[in-house]
Amino acid sequence: MADLVTNKILIATTSLAGCFGCHMSFLDIDERFFTLCEHVVFDRSPFTDIKHCGEHVDVGLIEGGLCNAENVATLREFRRHVKILVAVGACAINGGIPAMRNHIPLKECLEESYLQAIGIDSPQIPNDPELPLLLDRVRPIHEVVKVDYFLPGCPPSAEVFWTFLMDLLAARQPQLPEAQIHYD
Amino acid sequence: MLTIDGVALSFEAGQTLMEAATAAGVYLPHLCHHPEFKPHGSCKLCTVKVNGRFASACTLPAAEGQEVLSETLELRQLRVRITQMLFVEGNHFCPSCEQSGDCKLQATAYALGMLDSHFPHFFPARRVDASHPDILLDLDRCILCELCVRASRDMDGKSVFGIAGRGMESHLVVDAESGALVDTVIEVSDRAVKICPVGAILIKRTAYEKPIGQRLYDHHPIQAVLLQADQGGGSCDQ
Ligand code: SF4
Ligand code: SF4
Ligand code: FES
Repeated sequence: MADLVTNKILIATTSLAGCFGCHMSFLDIDERFFTLCEHVVFDRSPFTDIKHCGEHVDVGLIEGGLCNAENVATLREFRRHVKILVAVGACAINGGIPAMRNHIPLKECLEESYLQAIGIDSPQIPNDPELPLLLDRVRPIHEVVKVDYFLPGCPPSAEVFWTFLMDLLAARQPQLPEAQIHYD
Repeated sequence: MLTIDGVALSFEAGQTLMEAATAAGVYLPHLCHHPEFKPHGSCKLCTVKVNGRFASACTLPAAEGQEVLSETLELRQLRVRITQMLFVEGNHFCPSCEQSGDCKLQATAYALGMLDSHFPHFFPARRVDASHPDILLDLDRCILCELCVRASRDMDGKSVFGIAGRGMESHLVVDAESGALVDTVIEVSDRAVKICPVGAILIKRTAYEKPIGQRLYDHHPIQAVLLQADQGGGSCDQ
C-alpha cells in the first residue's frame, strides 16, 4: 500500500550479513535519487534510521545473507510487512563472501578470530547476552523466506537498481538486460 | 536436412547435432562439449527436444528429418535449473574467484538470465591443492566436465586427471600416490591446464593480469564467443 498522504511507494532496506556495499552502490544512482524521491518514500532503512518496518511496505531490499539469529528475525520482519521482497547482491543470493566460512566449524572460526589471531591481547570469545547468536552456517535468504526478485552483483551496479526501480514504478515485470547481469 | 526451431539446415554424415548447429551458426548452450574432444555428454546444458523427446545435442548424431527445438520457454527454464544445480553443488563465490569474467559457467548463466540459485546451497567441503609451484587446483569450482581428463589423456599423453567416486561423491583426482598435484608429471604448458571452463585449474601469479570488468565475458556474450571459437575462429580457452 502506498503512503496514504503522498501516494508514494514505500521502500524499506536493510543490510544483514553484508558490507553495505550494495547500499553504497544504490546511492551511486547519484542525482537520479532526487527523481526517485518524487515517487518513493523510504521506510525502515539505514537512510532514514527508522528501526522497524511500517505496517505495509511496498518493496523491501535485503542486502546480505544470514549469519546470526538477529539477521533471521529482521528478514522475517521484512517478509511480514513487505509486499515485494528483493534479494540484493551476492551475499543475499548465495551467502557470498561470509559463507566462505561454511566449511570451517564455527568454534574454529571464533577461536581463530578471538583467541589465536596475531595481535590479540586479552584473548576471549565475546559472550555478551546482547550479541546475537551466530548460525553454524551462513545462509542465503531464499532458504528461509520466499523471495520475489533478485538483483545479482557484488555489488549490483547503480544501473541494476535503476532498471529494477524504474520497471517497478512503471508497473512492468522487472527484467534485467543480459549486459546488466553480473555476479562479481 | 533437419530443422532447429523451424529453421532448416543441412549437415554432413557423422556430425552430431551440436556440430551441425555450430556449423550453421546456431548456438546451443554447452559446458562439457569442446569441438576438439570426443563428446562427454555430462553437463546436459545442451539438452534440446528432438521429435518431441529430450536429447543431448553434443552426443546425438544429426539425422535426416529431425525437428529440433532449442529456444523454447520449457528448455530455457530447464537449462536455468541445470545451471543452478551446478552452482549450488559446488562453492561458487564469483566475487572472490580468479576466473570471474572469463568463466564459461558464469557466462552461460548470464546468457540464460539466471538471477538466483533457486535451490538450497550444499556448501560442500572440497579440497584446494596448492602444492604445485605453478598450478592451483580448487575443487570448490569443479563441475566434473572431464575436459582436463580428456585433454591430459588425449593431447598431453599423460592422464594426470581422473574422476573418482560415484554420484555425490564424484570428485577430481590426480595421478600421484600422495594425491598432490606437485607429485604428478603435469607441466604448466599442458593443454589440460588451460582447458578448464571454470576456475578450478588456474595458473598461479596470472590471475589478476587482466582486471575484473575487462574480461572476455564482461563485454561479449558467450553465445557469440563460443560460436566463433567452435567454428574454428580461435580458442576461447584460458
Ligand atoms: S568458477 Fe565461475 S561460476 Fe564458479 S566462482 Fe569462479 S567465476 Fe563464479
Ligand atoms: S577441473 Fe575443470 S576441466 Fe577438470 S573436470 Fe573440473 S571443471 Fe572440468
Ligand atoms: S554439452 Fe552436451 S552434455 Fe554437456
